[in-house]
Amino acid sequence: MEMLPELGHFALVLALLLAGLQAFFGIAGPAFGRQRWMSAVIPATAGSAVMVVTAFACLVASFVGFDFSVAYVAQNSNSALPLIYRIAAVWGAHEGSLLLWIVLLAGWTIAVAFGASRLPQHFSARVLGVLGIVSFGFLLFTLATSNPFLRLIPAAVDGSDLNPLLQDPALALHPPLLYTGYVGFAVAFAFAIAAMLEGKLDQTWARWTRPWTLAAWAFLTVGIALGSWWAYYELGWGGYWFWDPVENASFMPWLIGTALIHSLAVTDKRGLFKSWTLLLSIIAFSLSLLGTFLVRSGVLVSVHSFAADPARGIFILAFLVIMVGGALALYAWRAPLLKSDAGFELTSRESFLLFNNILLVIAAATVFGGTLAPLISDTLGLGTLSVGTQYFNPTFLLPMLPLIALASVGMHANWKRGRLAARGRPLIATGLIALAVALAAVFGYYGGRPGLALASFLLGAWLVLSSLVDPFDRLRRRLSMPRAIVGMTLAHMALGVFVISVTAVETYTTERDVAVAQGESVEVGGYTFRFDGIDDIHGPNYDGVHAIVQVSRDGKPLATLHPEKRRYFVQQSVMTEAGIESQPGRDLFVALGEDLGAGRWSLRIQVRPLINYVWLAALLMALGGSIAASDRRYRTARAPATEPVGAGQGSTA
Amino acid sequence: MTPRRRRLFLVIGILAGVAIAGVLTLQAFRENVMFFFDPSQVAKGEAPAHERFRLGGMVEEGSVVRSPGSLQVQFTVTDFQQSVPVHYTGVLPDLFREGQGVVAHGRLGGDGVFTADEVLAKHDENYMPPEVSRSLKAVHPEGAPQG
Repeated sequence: MEMLPELGHFALVLALLLAGLQAFFGIAGPAFGRQRWMSAVIPATAGSAVMVVTAFACLVASFVGFDFSVAYVAQNSNSALPLIYRIAAVWGAHEGSLLLWIVLLAGWTIAVAFGASRLPQHFSARVLGVLGIVSFGFLLFTLATSNPFLRLIPAAVDGSDLNPLLQDPALALHPPLLYTGYVGFAVAFAFAIAAMLEGKLDQTWARWTRPWTLAAWAFLTVGIALGSWWAYYELGWGGYWFWDPVENASFMPWLIGTALIHSLAVTDKRGLFKSWTLLLSIIAFSLSLLGTFLVRSGVLVSVHSFAADPARGIFILAFLVIMVGGALALYAWRAPLLKSDAGFELTSRESFLLFNNILLVIAAATVFGGTLAPLISDTLGLGTLSVGTQYFNPTFLLPMLPLIALASVGMHANWKRGRLAARGRPLIATGLIALAVALAAVFGYYGGRPGLALASFLLGAWLVLSSLVDPFDRLRRRLSMPRAIVGMTLAHMALGVFVISVTAVETYTTERDVAVAQGESVEVGGYTFRFDGIDDIHGPNYDGVHAIVQVSRDGKPLATLHPEKRRYFVQQSVMTEAGIESQPGRDLFVALGEDLGAGRWSLRIQVRPLINYVWLAALLMALGGSIAASDRRYRTARAPATEPVGAGQGSTA
Repeated sequence: MTPRRRRLFLVIGILAGVAIAGVLTLQAFRENVMFFFDPSQVAKGEAPAHERFRLGGMVEEGSVVRSPGSLQVQFTVTDFQQSVPVHYTGVLPDLFREGQGVVAHGRLGGDGVFTADEVLAKHDENYMPPEVSRSLKAVHPEGAPQG
């Protein structure tokens, strides 16, 4: 037991060496046509993964066993910390979250190694080789700048505890899911690099890449949604998205990943957009790396910036330059070989997907600009500036509204030929129903404030209805319903639900900060909130107070809320736990402020319509992605492409 | 239309769309970016008179005054050279405390009082907004707490 940290450290060193071999054999084997080198890739990959998992298990064991002689454990745990948070504390700060990243990469790599047994050996060797390079870089980074196994001499008597903000079930799960998504884009990246090294990219390539990309995208979606939900109930502000740099860092790869999924569909179905798909694969993973750089180097002002160590920042920046620069150089050299020259008409599905890609890339670019502008301005000495919601909301909406409108129409376009007229009637019919729904919602249900809300409700409802047209048509005509279609339908419907719920939250939220004395009531959004005083609370590693707030509507009591103010013993920091009652169609949110004197307390009260559907929609999107990823087409895709272009089910995407 | 001309139109359309998006984005950017100023810069009159900006520094010890039972609060933000009085109405963040770093968003009035509509405090014991810690170091290289 005593030696576990040293064992973990040693396992990391071995993992680094084996990842180096994996990278070398994977890249050099096919390049020099050495059969035996290629055969060595799988053992090296497996060995590296086993070592990585061993190291991770050692760190977990040190946390679970309260080994405060390990500096990282002493900094992020405490003898009073419950078991679940001792495990979550493993990735609660910089060093451990890097190790988590590496473990997840090992997991993806092993999955690819299994899946790749169907691929030609030289190609799978290259894919694993590229993943080996990524793994090598991160292992080197960890060992050189961020070793979690360093001993503390003398050992600490007790640990200085996990940041109380992170002591929460959703945030315990958020990093693993988010990272699984981030790291998953490494697979699409590796496929892209391997294809460029081969100098050959056909439709089979796209079919291999699609399920991996869909899976990574689904994980990223859930990860982002979980972080957003956590921010809602834990930070005490009551919003679900703050355009915080760290949120943006995860959102940019998501946007590009979404573009990539759609571009891959075109490459798979029609053999078009080849070099564009490659470029998106590179960008999606580069943005995942950039996300790591932004969060881990501590250059940005944010909740999540654990570290402020310039050496780490420079290492990641160098790694980023080598990976991205290398990939783009390879792209510049190889992409012209991969020209695709089949044509398509203006109202064909290809051109709708082209617009989808352009709009998503524009959206990602505006987020990118807003996120990096403070950094650039600061570096160039142009002053310290900050970019907030006032910039992001309008600039993000600008490409998104046309994107959603085009999605409703584009789903019904045929490949290659532009004959929308065949689906004209259901499109117009669903559009009219959506308009009626939007009018009813704005003027009937919510009562007023049309404008943007009307347009967004219309677009959201249209997207929901329009994505159901094709599945219903298939049911009626008793056609097959491949999982790709089910997944696509679900994800597009979810996007519609998302648009509707975001519109409702943004337009019809009522919120008030109030000062109340015991027994006093305030009315917010048609609900009466009565403050019934303050009670003491005692937790395992904190104590504090909670307020008792009775909520009623029209004299009928609905719920008792207990918004908390916790003071964690070790760090003496105060945390808010909001009290939330979910009614059908809206959330009642109360956060406890502070003692204002004179027997009064401050409360932040919000009534937010449909906010739960924001996260529900994200989960449905991810579910759609994972159902599509499990389509039979991808599992049976083998050997070279001999299928005629555009054959088979005309409208699978 | 020949395919060639159609493609030409498509490309022109895309370029026009991207250009419009770019112009609008820059416009939104110019109008909605907030700059950061410390109390010394405010004292020198470098901060804009009618635009929102971010004011950052330390909450001066003993400066927090609240009218009992009300959401209105006043405090002074200092960089140990100059200080700026701040008025705010609302719920303060959990980690707002005297002697700690703070960033306030708002406007400077003619009377020299900064009216904040948003107040952000540091997120944990060891963390200070980098801009605050840098501006404190700039005016007070020895004694300033580290970020």
